[in-house]
Amino acid sequence: MALTDATPLRSRPSIWAQLARSTSVLIGGFLVVTMLVMGLLAPMLGTRDPAEINPSVRNKTPGYEATIRDDEGKKIPVAYRFGTDSLGRDVYSRVIYGARVSLAVGLTVSVISIAIGLLIGLVAGYVRWLDGIIMRFMDGLMAIPAILLAIGLVSVFRAGLFAVIAAIVVPEVPRVVRLVRSIVLSIREEPYVESAITVGTPTPTLVVRHVLPNTIAPLIVQGTFICAAAILIEAILSFLGIGIPPEIPTWGNIMAEGRTYFRIFPHNILYPGAFLALTVLGVNMLGDGLRDVLDPKMERRF
Amino acid sequence: MSAHPDTSSAPILTLDRVSVRLPKSGDRDFAIEDVSFSVGRGEIVCVVGESGSGKSVTAQAIMGLLPKGQLTLTGGSISLEGEEVTTLAPAALRARRGQRMSMIFQEPMTALNPVERVGTQIGEVLEIHTRLSPAERRQKVMEVMEAVHLPDVPHLVDAFPHQLSGGQRQRVMIAAALVLDPVLLIADEPTTALDVTTQAQILKLIAEMQARRGTGVLFITHDFGVVAEIAHRVVVMRGGRVVEQGTRDEILFAPREDYTKMLISSVPSLTPPAREAISSPVALSTRELSKTYRSAGFLFGGGRTVHAAQNVTIDVRRGETVGIVGESGSGKTTVARCIARLIEPTAGTIKIGDTDIATLPERQLRPHRKAVQIVFQDPNRSLNPRRTVGASIVEGPENFGEPHDKAMARARDLMQLVGLSPDALDRYPHQFSGGQRQRIAIARALAMEPTILIADEAVSALDVSVQAQVLRLLDDVRQRFDLAVLFITHDLRVAAQICDRIAVMQNGVVVEAGTTAEIFANPQHAYTHALFAAAPGRDVRFGSGIAAAV
Repeated sequence: MALTDATPLRSRPSIWAQLARSTSVLIGGFLVVTMLVMGLLAPMLGTRDPAEINPSVRNKTPGYEATIRDDEGKKIPVAYRFGTDSLGRDVYSRVIYGARVSLAVGLTVSVISIAIGLLIGLVAGYVRWLDGIIMRFMDGLMAIPAILLAIGLVSVFRAGLFAVIAAIVVPEVPRVVRLVRSIVLSIREEPYVESAITVGTPTPTLVVRHVLPNTIAPLIVQGTFICAAAILIEAILSFLGIGIPPEIPTWGNIMAEGRTYFRIFPHNILYPGAFLALTVLGVNMLGDGLRDVLDPKMERRF
Repeated sequence: MSAHPDTSSAPILTLDRVSVRLPKSGDRDFAIEDVSFSVGRGEIVCVVGESGSGKSVTAQAIMGLLPKGQLTLTGGSISLEGEEVTTLAPAALRARRGQRMSMIFQEPMTALNPVERVGTQIGEVLEIHTRLSPAERRQKVMEVMEAVHLPDVPHLVDAFPHQLSGGQRQRVMIAAALVLDPVLLIADEPTTALDVTTQAQILKLIAEMQARRGTGVLFITHDFGVVAEIAHRVVVMRGGRVVEQGTRDEILFAPREDYTKMLISSVPSLTPPAREAISSPVALSTRELSKTYRSAGFLFGGGRTVHAAQNVTIDVRRGETVGIVGESGSGKTTVARCIARLIEPTAGTIKIGDTDIATLPERQLRPHRKAVQIVFQDPNRSLNPRRTVGASIVEGPENFGEPHDKAMARARDLMQLVGLSPDALDRYPHQFSGGQRQRIAIARALAMEPTILIADEAVSALDVSVQAQVLRLLDDVRQRFDLAVLFITHDLRVAAQICDRIAVMQNGVVVEAGTTAEIFANPQHAYTHALFAAAPGRDVRFGSGIAAAV
């Protein structure tokens, strides 16, 4: 029998090339990266201490310029680009620093929910007798609203980052579990998984080697949507005063602060609101674009 | 063969140098190129070719159903009863479809709307193209359902598709296609998804419709048995071009082109070759093997019990190929999966050598897993797409502690053995064709040094020429490694060529077992008789270069 070489079929463009061609990935990625860089480089972007209170410049409109004395008594000119709030804090600095909390919450929540959800989902999908118990428990968790849970957690523990993250993670985990479980249930029927069983691959290796890789792409996509939801919920919780303590600048806190004088000084709500909207839009567009590229079911033929 | 067409009048369908361009990312420039043939009134023309030959695109081009933006008609003319259809406006073309020409597809389930009654679906054609009243429409629908021999029409007309069997659904499709008496019926692999006995009935029905109504039929198929059964004329396609065309007898008995000769000689013959009896020790034996599924009832009341396999007793000796033949739902795959212990049998024993593995728990089963290996049907799914074929082949040996270098060295030998270049080990499955992937799956099974190899429809998804090569390979490794091969198939031709002994299964029960020669020469059970009678193209002897009439 003649030896035949593998037929190199016309190769598809690599994942990276496909990502670079997707408009929503580019726009979403640009927005997210901008916000990330902004948060990381906050001290270098002409900001002041976001917690610094200056009673002489309360409730100033955007673009207000003042001269204030520093610690040594020298007079220095200060421009309040986004105006000040009712305590005389610089809204620009607070908004820039606020990106840190929002993105930190978004990333942590998505990483934690996916890690926990992946583990539970793999177990539920592979250990059949545990499946019913786990899934009913997950259904129960899913019924808890994040805001109600946050109120409960804050009243038991202290208001803070931990309580916020926990309050958002708990209702998100079941969604990840459902996703992972459904993928596991379809992949374990694949002939290549059954072949691996017949060549004696131990179950843990089987799951990690043949099942787990199939969950990565959908989980990345799911992760972006969790991230966007977490950023929004964090802002809501802070706005309601059950999230991050008010001295820490977060977009929700800034908006809560500005709520009282919204009719006279709308900038206190509009600037953080705009940044929040852009960030969530960016993350969602990134997620949409990733789904189009990574999800084989959406793949166009030819 | 069916009633002869009226060849005196002008053809109803003529294709003249039709070309369809593929998008730039395709693996060739044209889906079909310079395709010319014609279909006469009341004539059945079979377009036959392997996958990728462009036969389905040809049908889509005629119907004006080429996927927009992907395939474009770039040249040639298609005329239906003298009228050029390539330049027709969409509305006019829509009117021709259904009234003058209609089409039936491979999957009768997906072609029917699951939430609409079958009568309504057949009547939809009438609703769109005629001004009949609802009562007249229903009358006409029932008439055409009678004509395609659907049973109990007054009830069936109000049934939903899921209440019908596969063959009945295909009859409904044919009824919907014929209700307006089109001059041309295009059938795209209409029997490929059906069992052989059902296929025989549908083929008979199509031939009957053609004879009675004078419909011209363009029948697309990959199966030369079907061609031999119903074709008047045959068009052989390859890579988007027409290789050869002629009458049925010309193509089957006196093909001119090498490609046609090769295709015909690749079709396995229904006559089993002489085989020596094998008396080596028994490698695998099942006794009273049963698998029962129980679906739990909702709250109260018992669930349904399905006997997927019942009291199956099979012995396979070393160096012997035993076939399990049956239609879908016969339980043949259930038996294979029990033996490979992918599922646990409900009752009975499975002896490998001296050990009964039927109920061993996974931990004790592992050492015995080496002995039984399985090759699956679908070459696209039997290898992990994310791992190199080398990694897939050495996975098993490494599970049992073989060092990587040694396993890789053996993988190289095995690749050579199955006819692939050892350098291809670091490639990924998508870089191989279906047949090559099936060879790799065989190499992976052989890497475990099994004593028993299960081939579960291992060649059913392959083109006929590739199928012949993989069958030869399976026979070759059986001899070389003295393997006991359990060969699961629905295809009598394949079974005739490769099996020493055959067990025929129906509804989970082995109805007849014996040597291949005995069973083919003198079938005892009524079901076996029915299977043989249904095999298409029995009056043509394939497999010996050029076919011959029996």
